[in-house]
Amino acid sequence: MSLPGAWYLGLAAVLFAIGAIGLLMRRNVLIMFMCIELMLNAANLTFVTFARMLHDIGGQAVVFFVLVVAAAEVVVGLGIVVAIFRRRASATADDFHILKG
Amino acid sequence: MPGLLATTHPTIPDAATFVVAAMVILGGALGVIVARNPVHAALSLVATLFGVAVLFVEEQADFLAVVQVIVYAGAIVVLFLFVIMYLGVDRRENVNAEPLKGQRPVALLLVLVAVGGVVALGINAHWATGAKAVAGSTLGNHHSNVYQLGQSVFTTYLYAFEATAALLVIAVVGAVVLARRPRLVAEDEREEAAAARSLSAAAPETHDSEEVAP
Repeated sequence: MSLPGAWYLGLAAVLFAIGAIGLLMRRNVLIMFMCIELMLNAANLTFVTFARMLHDIGGQAVVFFVLVVAAAEVVVGLGIVVAIFRRRASATADDFHILKG
Repeated sequence: MPGLLATTHPTIPDAATFVVAAMVILGGALGVIVARNPVHAALSLVATLFGVAVLFVEEQADFLAVVQVIVYAGAIVVLFLFVIMYLGVDRRENVNAEPLKGQRPVALLLVLVAVGGVVALGINAHWATGAKAVAGSTLGNHHSNVYQLGQSVFTTYLYAFEATAALLVIAVVGAVVLARRPRLVAEDEREEAAAARSLSAAAPETHDSEEVAP
């Protein structure tokens, strides 16, 4: 059988930490989006691990929905980046103050 | 926590698969956050997503592994690369510039405190594992993974599934609206550029950069 679930949960925690550190420390918006994807993948790994540990398919169904939401989020986020880049010609997080009303 | 640590006896191939996949995942994740070139970060992200797909296979989530490769590594990373190339931001970034003083140490500290807290909670928590789920369809019966997941999504989570359809439509419409240029402004600029071009044709010495219409 597979490994105990704690290994997967520990790996997911480390992956989430790396994604959070990257999200907070980088200023390139595209890389910040990629770090959000890393954190979503850590959460997905946790869901699948608990689905296996609890013998419940619901965890895998949630991962299915997370995939859909991640795709929608990336599409809209990159649309915003493109729209702002058209005005400012740079893609760092500091340029998003033009969203201020 | 009997269900968490030592209920099963892992075999050597399982452990080797996990270790290799974990190294690919963590190496790719570190590559994402230290890469100066966004293209390199996107390619590192592919490595991480592929490693996660391997772990999904290891955990008997076959359908999700395939979807992970197709949707994440296929569609989302290609979308990232498309935007990187479209914007032309594939140049190196000065990662040492720090406009907000003291942000990075505080961010690092906060993340380590948060994740350390979660791990400490998980170690000390009472885990309700080992008991089989009584609601919904369960893993581990004789049906395949795709059968079980499809049955669950189209019965228990049917309304959520319909909501994701609406969400995708909204996202597509939003992306089109955001990425579309305002037409009236663009036409005005084009007319101005045409007028400037005709003026500069009439007077060639004023042939300057005015005709660079966006």
